[in-house]
Amino acid sequence: MLRLLSVRLLAMVPMLLIVSFLIYSLIALVPGGPEVALAGNNPTPERIAAIREQLGLDKSFMSQYWSWLTGALHGDLGKSFVDGQSVRSAVASGFPVTLSLVVLTLVIAAVLGLALGLAAGLRPGTWADRISTVTASAFMSLPYFWVGMMLVLVFAIQMRTLPAVGYVPLTESPLEWFQHLILPAFSLATVPTAVVARQTRASVTSVMQEDFIRTARAKGLHPSRLVVKHVLKNAAVPVVTAFGVEANRLIGATVVIEQLFALPGVGKLAYFSVFSRDFPMVQGILLITAILIMLINLAVDLSYGYFNPKVKVS
Amino acid sequence: MTRSRSVDIKKPAPVPAEKDSGAAVPASRGRALLRRFGGNRSAVVGFGLLLAIIVVTAAAPLLAPYGPAQVDIGDRLSGPTAEHWLGTDTLGRDTLSRLMHGGRVSLAAAGLAVAIATAIGLPLGLVSGYFGGIVDWLLDRAADVLMAFPAIILTIAIIAAVGPGLTTAMVSLGIVYAPRMFRVVRGSTMEVRRAVYIEASTSIGTPSLMILRKRVLPNILPAALVQLSFLLASALLAEVTISLLGLGALPPTASWGSMLGQAFLEMRSSPSLAVYPGIAIAIATLCFNLIGDGLRDAFGRETRKAS
Amino acid sequence: MTPEHEPAKLLEIEDLHVDFLTDRGWTNVVAGVSFDVGPGEIVGLVGESGSGKSVTSLSVLRLLPPAYTRTPGGHVRYRGRDLIGMPQRELRDIRGNEISMIFQEPMTSLNPAYTIGDQIAEGYRRHKGGSRRAAFARAAEMLDLVGIPDAGHRVRDYPHEFSGGMRQRAMIAMALVCEPRLLIADEPATALDVTVQAQIVALLARLRDETGCGILFITHDLGLVAELADRVVVMYAGEVVETAPALDLYDAPKHPYTAGLLSAMPHLGVRGEELPTIPGRTPEPWRMPEGCRFSPRCGHANETCTAAPPEFRIVGEGRGCRCCRTEQLRLVGSP
Repeated sequence: MLRLLSVRLLAMVPMLLIVSFLIYSLIALVPGGPEVALAGNNPTPERIAAIREQLGLDKSFMSQYWSWLTGALHGDLGKSFVDGQSVRSAVASGFPVTLSLVVLTLVIAAVLGLALGLAAGLRPGTWADRISTVTASAFMSLPYFWVGMMLVLVFAIQMRTLPAVGYVPLTESPLEWFQHLILPAFSLATVPTAVVARQTRASVTSVMQEDFIRTARAKGLHPSRLVVKHVLKNAAVPVVTAFGVEANRLIGATVVIEQLFALPGVGKLAYFSVFSRDFPMVQGILLITAILIMLINLAVDLSYGYFNPKVKVS
Repeated sequence: MTRSRSVDIKKPAPVPAEKDSGAAVPASRGRALLRRFGGNRSAVVGFGLLLAIIVVTAAAPLLAPYGPAQVDIGDRLSGPTAEHWLGTDTLGRDTLSRLMHGGRVSLAAAGLAVAIATAIGLPLGLVSGYFGGIVDWLLDRAADVLMAFPAIILTIAIIAAVGPGLTTAMVSLGIVYAPRMFRVVRGSTMEVRRAVYIEASTSIGTPSLMILRKRVLPNILPAALVQLSFLLASALLAEVTISLLGLGALPPTASWGSMLGQAFLEMRSSPSLAVYPGIAIAIATLCFNLIGDGLRDAFGRETRKAS
Repeated sequence: MTPEHEPAKLLEIEDLHVDFLTDRGWTNVVAGVSFDVGPGEIVGLVGESGSGKSVTSLSVLRLLPPAYTRTPGGHVRYRGRDLIGMPQRELRDIRGNEISMIFQEPMTSLNPAYTIGDQIAEGYRRHKGGSRRAAFARAAEMLDLVGIPDAGHRVRDYPHEFSGGMRQRAMIAMALVCEPRLLIADEPATALDVTVQAQIVALLARLRDETGCGILFITHDLGLVAELADRVVVMYAGEVVETAPALDLYDAPKHPYTAGLLSAMPHLGVRGEELPTIPGRTPEPWRMPEGCRFSPRCGHANETCTAAPPEFRIVGEGRGCRCCRTEQLRLVGSP
């Protein structure tokens, strides 16, 4: 397992190199170069030249990339164009917020999605199935930011039971942490919940028809044990796959949701940086995001070996 | 949903592969697919509803009672009235008219993004899946790289470089989505290529391009169509997200996203403004999803064979 | 019948009816089947596919999918207790403990996600309790008993690491781990090649001798039954058409269908000769022939056969037959 893990981590290196190059190349897309974008309206050539020199943009593209990359390897992602703050510390301060949000969302999606999917998949064709299927279709189509707005309207503005904005760290007050995150997390969770529910339903219905389920019933197992042990593990692979894809999408959605709920996370930082064309910040965030997503994909891949022992051999 | 009914308690024997399963879609199979799609009530409802939305939004300049930017300062934030069925916003603009014009912008934008994604992803997927080799390997790695980022984040990063604007945003989104079309097309092409008849065709010296066009393309279309409808749903959502963030459709242009963005700013003073655009987006997304599900079920046997 | 007296019969099936929900509505597939299995007895249940033999065997432990099967009539008694009306909780205590089943497909009947040992130990812990370690040791012991070499190590293997024959042995080990009194084997050897078939049959015979469990052996292969069974029950189109002690059945079948099956059996020493087959096929459950269900395929049928469904009658010592003309026929058995 440890060997497999290190092999897979090593395999990420060339991919990361290409990804980092792509990220850095974004600057080349800027019409006139980033210095023009930064210099504001009607800049003088002197001002542009000064910015170029200050930011090291007068060197060749490859040498710029190289110094950025070597810096990144040492944990130095450069400084913000806007306020000179270190990119690493800015991302690091937002990271716990975004991580909290993503993890809470995934927990909600997993619990709700599995419950809905199981309710439907164990008894296809019943009312439980129909209700669950319709709920999933509705969740699937509701725009998450709109769900967020409606939740704010109902719970924060009308009923005043939950805060609409802000964040409290988990270490400070778990209850307030939860109160601040539950609305954004729930809005983000709608689509992943629907996806998990549909995938679970499909997967469970097909596993329930397997011969080994009959074998397990013939052993005298209780239905709940049957589901927990024999159905879920075999139904897991497509569900986990979908979960990984949703986690990816979710990280993108934090940009909007953190904006909506004024959560000081990486998503909000990304939005601000895009608006202020703060390229070092955008690049740093892209790099961190890409690494995070590769790690999620790796975790999903490794989980296949657990759920399906046949995979482990090959 | 469907109760499995079977006389034999054991699983039904695998259906023997149809003799014509490899051949180009014959008209009869096309009709059978259409019938299966037509038999799916929710898919048909989704299709009908989408058509209605497209017609109403496309004809917005003719149908809408007011212009999208027509300001009526005297009648701001009115509730539903006889003149303004869905009320007006803070500048006194008619919500219904803006919804119709905004839908036109949003749907066209989503269509543009998906068209670009398909224009890139489909031919590359065909070539990659059919010829394999180093080209396939390179293209597939390129898809890996693009898919290493959440679509929205990559798109707004490109916007950060190139500058905001709806067309830029949708072209970027199209590039970001291209791997998704590429992957589906590549996968089914590889599957189709394996089918015996292709080998038969190559052995008598049919040029590859001809095989791709006449034999492969018709067989991968079902999978591509299914992906197309789901991509449209995603693209619509992405347009709304980007315009909501103020990086796409810029004021005073109405799009469902920019309407929601504006409504968000004024949520405390006029909460009802956020409701209608959201419902419009939800219904359109639901239509795309229902059509996609319906297509997938109608093509069910083929897609299952391909997976 | 008083509790302290062991009933003479382990399993009694009496006038069992089973319906399936099909596109045509509820369709009857098992029509009044009756037979029994005694302690330590091996009964062969024989018929073509579609005869209802598998359905009959699955309905003993109520393993048919409840959503689209029903049992409108009849009794299934295990040591005098009715299994059909029994609460699920009680039934679960019997499943795998007192009555066990082996299924046709050893390839798919084992859960691919758990080790063989885990799956054998699971049933043991469910019914007999004990620690994981003890149950696992018991699993290894059972694998050894069914003839898996190096059982102590193989117990940690996953099903995909076992061959087909070994998986079926593992299934048998799983079924026998709680020392059941009755083993129902639904075509346990059909999916396996001939040499492995013979080994599995020999294994079942040995296990009966060692553990004294009764076995209901379901197969379409009269040849396998000949080697194993004490008594044979022949089913056709949802009905029992003949029951007899195995040897008597082979020597002198009473029902034309049995005779047909026997003549269709390949024999050693007879080569190059085309085997006779029974013409036609088993009727669909929703299109049963009038009168005797076998009559359209029977070479001996006349108008009495199609006039009314024949009764199942006692036709000799321990023998029964559902043929109105049996006394007038001279049927030939297996050479």
